[in-house]
Amino acid sequence: MIRPLRFLVLLSLLALATPPALATQPGEILDDPALEARAREIGAELRCLVCQNQSIDDSNAPLAHDLRVIVRERLVAGDTDEQVIDFVVERYGDYVLLKPPFKADTLLLWAAPILALIGGGLIVLFARRRRGEELESAADLTPAEQKRLRQLLHPAGKDSGA
Amino acid sequence: MIAEIGHFALVLALLVACVQAVVPLYGAWRGDARLMAVGNTSAVALILMVGIAFGALTWCYAISDFSVQNVYENSHSLQPMLYKISGVWGNHEGSLLLWAFILAIFSLAVALLGNNLPLTLKARVLAVQAMIAVGFLAFSLFTSNPFARLDPAPLDGRNLNPLLQDPGLAFHPPFLYLGYVGFSMAFSFAVAALIEGRIDAAWARWVRPWTLAAWTALTLGIAMGSWWAYYELGWGGWWFWDPVENASFMPWLAGTALLHSAIVTEKRGALKSWTVLLAIVAFSLSLLGTFLVRSGVLTSVHAFATDPARGVFILLLLIVAIGGSLALYAWRAPLLKADGLFAPISREGGLVLNNLLLAVACFTVLTGTLYPLALDVVAGEKVSVGPPYFEMTFVPLMVPLFLALGIGPLMPWKRCDLKGVLHRLRFVAAVSLAAWGVVWWLATDSSPLPAFGIALAVWIALAVFLEYAVRLGLFRVTLGESYRRALRLPRAAYGMMVAHLGVAVLVAGVVASSSWRTEIIRAMEPGQSQEIVGYTVRFDGVGDAMGPNYSAERATFTVFADGEQIAVMQPEKRFYPVSATQTTEAAIRTTILADLYVVIGDQTEGQDIWAVRMYYNPLVPWIWLGSIMMFGAGLISLSDRRHRIGAPTRAKAAAASAPQPA
Repeated sequence: MIRPLRFLVLLSLLALATPPALATQPGEILDDPALEARAREIGAELRCLVCQNQSIDDSNAPLAHDLRVIVRERLVAGDTDEQVIDFVVERYGDYVLLKPPFKADTLLLWAAPILALIGGGLIVLFARRRRGEELESAADLTPAEQKRLRQLLHPAGKDSGA
Repeated sequence: MIAEIGHFALVLALLVACVQAVVPLYGAWRGDARLMAVGNTSAVALILMVGIAFGALTWCYAISDFSVQNVYENSHSLQPMLYKISGVWGNHEGSLLLWAFILAIFSLAVALLGNNLPLTLKARVLAVQAMIAVGFLAFSLFTSNPFARLDPAPLDGRNLNPLLQDPGLAFHPPFLYLGYVGFSMAFSFAVAALIEGRIDAAWARWVRPWTLAAWTALTLGIAMGSWWAYYELGWGGWWFWDPVENASFMPWLAGTALLHSAIVTEKRGALKSWTVLLAIVAFSLSLLGTFLVRSGVLTSVHAFATDPARGVFILLLLIVAIGGSLALYAWRAPLLKADGLFAPISREGGLVLNNLLLAVACFTVLTGTLYPLALDVVAGEKVSVGPPYFEMTFVPLMVPLFLALGIGPLMPWKRCDLKGVLHRLRFVAAVSLAAWGVVWWLATDSSPLPAFGIALAVWIALAVFLEYAVRLGLFRVTLGESYRRALRLPRAAYGMMVAHLGVAVLVAGVVASSSWRTEIIRAMEPGQSQEIVGYTVRFDGVGDAMGPNYSAERATFTVFADGEQIAVMQPEKRFYPVSATQTTEAAIRTTILADLYVVIGDQTEGQDIWAVRMYYNPLVPWIWLGSIMMFGAGLISLSDRRHRIGAPTRAKAAAASAPQPA
């Protein structure tokens, strides 16, 4: 009963760091350095579909090799970077993109950092405002009232106020 | 027999933990000192029992007792002793036991060192620690028993995953767990404070050093893991934004925020409820990290479903621990009244900004890590969130953080004349801007961004030096007086400066190594040479080598600089026959400014031609140098006597000052 899980965990470990990760092979490299540099940039953004979180540039899997070759073939044929990526996405779907595209499914993903920043900022502002009001209302009390208030809040006198 | 003793001790440990989770809590509620004191005794019993269990498992590994299933699956008689021992925590069951063991150590620390704490607070902290222990021990006993036997016993084991057979990774998990479990202290104190309904400076004085200790261990643990990835995975990368890495990075980010907010709570009595929340979040993320990695859920949602017992237990534990503590927070946090007032532009304000940015960064990493999982569950859609996403979202948050890092330490508490501070920083700013221009010009990049990264590092570093100069009154008072001030400066202040300097070094290393590395990939025959950034590397050939439990193909490269031989490098490809896996061992020549990194790849069929990869990674050693500086800074700060709560002088001072206003 425990076996399948353990097997999967092991598999994931192996997939995570598959053996000698020699990735891009000497034979694959294009003669034109400018073109090769573009191939690298594209490769870093494409996922090796059979690995756990590796780009095709980093992976040693045969599928990654095939994808690297395809990318280079398209580049040699004169495609722009976008055309190459579209070509791969057409065949393998959005899943192949390590940088997820902007669309309905990923709206929350991309919006999350900005929303968190705005939300966090608002919380900070709000907390300040509330603190301010609390202090103002506390300041409205007469000194005698304030003294009485302190006694009520800290009967033992252990916990001092400000 | 030894395994059965271990198993029995584990059962007893669970019972002890159950007692400790209930009795002191009840005692604190009733105000019964005798019941509260039970926690002190039970904490000793707990460490004894868990220690016996952990020792028993280690013993089974050391003598290679393959009748124990866990040993059989993760060890081999030919493995070096180091990896037999590290095999104990190189698997699910054993790592849970290590987790519980470290937790028991921390409980013991509270029991022994916490004499200066209010009785009720101490009892409640011990009870909360024990509740966590109950969860882990029960999980271990009921779903992941490390002492299960095999009958008949196999002749030999199946080997520890060869990738884990590495000195860097042998100690990576213990440090990581010291960090994770260390945050349980902050968590227990937070929950106890919520139960008590109050927080004072004594509370923060306790939480700060323990948070610092956890953070320090976690920093080293993450750095070790990243260093291992760098030299073992063989393509010269050191951080991959992999979910497993993110799982350890999130508690680190939350812990860093907590470290800073706890300062405000201790010194100024402000940000109390926020500090409590951060303590809960930091430990919750540690729990989440442990279980995300251990459950296999990151690989696939379906891995989770294949073993319902473990999966359900994990979910329940997370819900109870995280949900429960957050619910308690929502209910009780309004009781925690802050005292300290401060203007938005002040040291406190700077630390609030620090916390805001770190919290958002942490949230971003969490979103990116869990989004594919969530989308799969909710919509059945598959999406990949890889390094490009994290770089696009994380880096923009770090830029303002690092800019603020230069300014913050110069700002006084309460209120601050920002103009004055910026005026002080004018030379630092000028030099940083100049550095930006010069580096951009030297690097001949099209983009000014890498150079900007270096300028940021310069900014942080110079601001730290400026702060030091200001503290010493350099050029204002005599040199002798400055020297006396340097001696009088508390170690915690030095800790802070070294840590911030570490950030500067780390940033420079990250920026340079990811922007300006040189890569050569080619097929080579023995005798051929390759130029790489001023070095000539000659390939001399490949020979066979034998290790204790592997065979290797070992290549030899001779490195020349200016015609002189300066090094011989021998990268290997290892083959572990027991598990039929291969690993690469990169050869790395480190200088303070760069690494030369050589890996040997596949042989062309039937010919003496080999695939070779070489990298020149500028400033990459600075990544670990910076990390080690932060680790060392943590140690320096911890050695500050103001932090050593257990020291008798401290305890007396605390007792004497207790009735006075904090």
